[in-house]
Amino acid sequence: MKNLPLLFCGIFFALAFSFSGIILSSNNMVGSLTRTTETLGEDGLPVEGDELFPRVMPGLAQQGKQVYIDLGCMYCHTQQVRRAGFGGDAERGWGPRASVPRDYITQDRVLLGTMRTGPDLMNVGGRPLNSDWHHLHLYNPQITSEGSNMPPFAFLYEVREIDGSPSVDALRFPPNSKYAPEAGYEVVPTRRAKALVEYLLSLKLDYSLPEAPIL
Amino acid sequence: MSQAPQSNPSSTSPYSSPDVAVRAELSEIDASIRTSSVFFTVSAIFWLLIGTVFAVIAAYKAHEPSFMGGTEFTTFGRMRSAHLNAMALGWGNNIIFAVGLWIMARLCRSPVRHGGLLLIAGIFWNVGLTVGLAGIIWGDITSVEWLEIPRYATPLLAFSYALVGVWGIMAFHFRKGEHVYVSQWYILAALFWFPWLYVIAQIMIIWFPARGVVQSVTNWWFAHNVLGLWLTPMALATAYYVIPKVLGRPIYSYYLSVLGFWALALFYNWAGVHHLIGGPVPVWLISAGIVASVMMVIPVIVVGINHHMTVVGLHKEVWRSPTLRFVIFGAMSYTLASLIGSSMALRSVNEITHFTHFTVGHAHQGVYAFFTMIMFGGVYYMMPRLLKREWPSANLIRIHFWGCAIGISIMLIALHIAGWMQGLQMNDASIPFLEIVQMTMPWLKARSVSGIFLTVGHVAFAINFFWMLFAAGAYRTKQVPTLLTPTSEEGAA
Repeated sequence: MKNLPLLFCGIFFALAFSFSGIILSSNNMVGSLTRTTETLGEDGLPVEGDELFPRVMPGLAQQGKQVYIDLGCMYCHTQQVRRAGFGGDAERGWGPRASVPRDYITQDRVLLGTMRTGPDLMNVGGRPLNSDWHHLHLYNPQITSEGSNMPPFAFLYEVREIDGSPSVDALRFPPNSKYAPEAGYEVVPTRRAKALVEYLLSLKLDYSLPEAPIL
Repeated sequence: MSQAPQSNPSSTSPYSSPDVAVRAELSEIDASIRTSSVFFTVSAIFWLLIGTVFAVIAAYKAHEPSFMGGTEFTTFGRMRSAHLNAMALGWGNNIIFAVGLWIMARLCRSPVRHGGLLLIAGIFWNVGLTVGLAGIIWGDITSVEWLEIPRYATPLLAFSYALVGVWGIMAFHFRKGEHVYVSQWYILAALFWFPWLYVIAQIMIIWFPARGVVQSVTNWWFAHNVLGLWLTPMALATAYYVIPKVLGRPIYSYYLSVLGFWALALFYNWAGVHHLIGGPVPVWLISAGIVASVMMVIPVIVVGINHHMTVVGLHKEVWRSPTLRFVIFGAMSYTLASLIGSSMALRSVNEITHFTHFTVGHAHQGVYAFFTMIMFGGVYYMMPRLLKREWPSANLIRIHFWGCAIGISIMLIALHIAGWMQGLQMNDASIPFLEIVQMTMPWLKARSVSGIFLTVGHVAFAINFFWMLFAAGAYRTKQVPTLLTPTSEEGAA
């Protein structure tokens, strides 16, 4: 090839094409989305006085998200629900509807994920799992989910001697659990563990959006 | 390569050019870039070994989750990310800076000016990467795929990259001769594309996060293009350079080269959004990505034909040459991986393979079986010319080849089968999730076994390399090129 200007132009425009097509255009479309009410009024605007969605995450849950990020949870857990009929997301009860772009607009870091070594967590806060369950599961997944290949996060917990009366935060192990601490000891969550569970419980896809109603 | 076809196609010697002046010129260029190329190769091999350790730990943890589970520093999410960054930015980029820039210098037919620039860039790159990897393990990981390195280390990488880019442009500017060879198109384009991708991704995801899923779209535009517009062009440039050099036979078709290059440039950079099929992003964007992914069949088939027709009839020479044995393995993997990749972008296939080990296997087919194997071949070709020494041990090369070839084959078979079954079962809600996890276990153990083979291969490579570099023992006097099967003719790696 001898036509260098053509070579350079081609190299430049090849990437400029996809940069504008993929990045700039999606930024245009998604960048203008705002929080809204579950249904729109007759004028096509959010109904005044109704709660706006998606919700803004409370502070402790935000800190928990940071723990989720720095432990790399998203490498095995997605946060996206595909539409019913495409994959088994709906049948598995991972969410009452498909997730849409507006669901993510309040997040500083979007953690869609690409791998489901473990289940999707878009709506994990909407499942019948309380904080006791989450703490036991994080402390050692074998307690609640035998045969799981999720690593234990016992380093987020402190095993300590019971001083006087047991802590209200102490993990409540099932009877005769081989993972329970020795008699006289208790397992208590650190601040990071509490924040992480708060974050997981805050992950809820329990609201409708005008473009994605829960039917 | 602008010269006329070599008259002796059966020769395996790269120095078979009858023109003494050409050989002297190449020798002078090699001397001018020796320091930086050797530095980058040493760094690359160092990161390859580090990345292998992280890989084996992560693979083992996938079926023995409590292994090294006592501290957060060795938890799965950080180990697999440390592995990815050590391999992609440590091994991948260093070996590109070593082999790619050396090929660029040779094809520009002009001794390197300001080689010191490259050395400074290399030091910054490796310091930045060390800081970045320590940050990942320490807990400052960003959890953005392919961009895990914390923001305090990325400016070092960007600065280093800028120096390499400046050097590349200067080398090209001072080139001699009218003709620009196909390898130069690929290298020049990649040197331009990578910083654009990296800077945009850093800005829009890390520094000034774009709204909502624009981050995810940018993430996959970037991450897929690291493979498509950075690793792939560099590996193809290497293949296009060494195949004719070793065989003494020109590339089969100039026009196929042109078609392959432009089709890749046009289609590959749209393909990345296929990682978001079914996800919460505009559907037209996904459709465009699927179209581009399928159109990738064109450059892949074209390059495949071009390479195949160049080596056809010379299979004995390919098997004999350490360089070509690796490069042809890589080139064949490129065809296979890309065709599988195109079909994975179809919605009906993606519905099964998405979110499974199938994708992990596919990524390793691209980055390892294709890119890494070709770069190994490039190193086998480059080092004897830089050091004016031959490879010390043909047996170590054989161990390297078979360790890698068997290892990666086991891994790919295991992960593709496991992923396919995992996908089918996840789509059938009557199968409990934990049963699917259990089903994948034997396959994940097979992946750990593959890690043993790969480790043996990498260690053999490292031993041979440092033996050669320090010219230890009696081998110093060795005059005959190291080949893998006997030959009556003289040839070179």
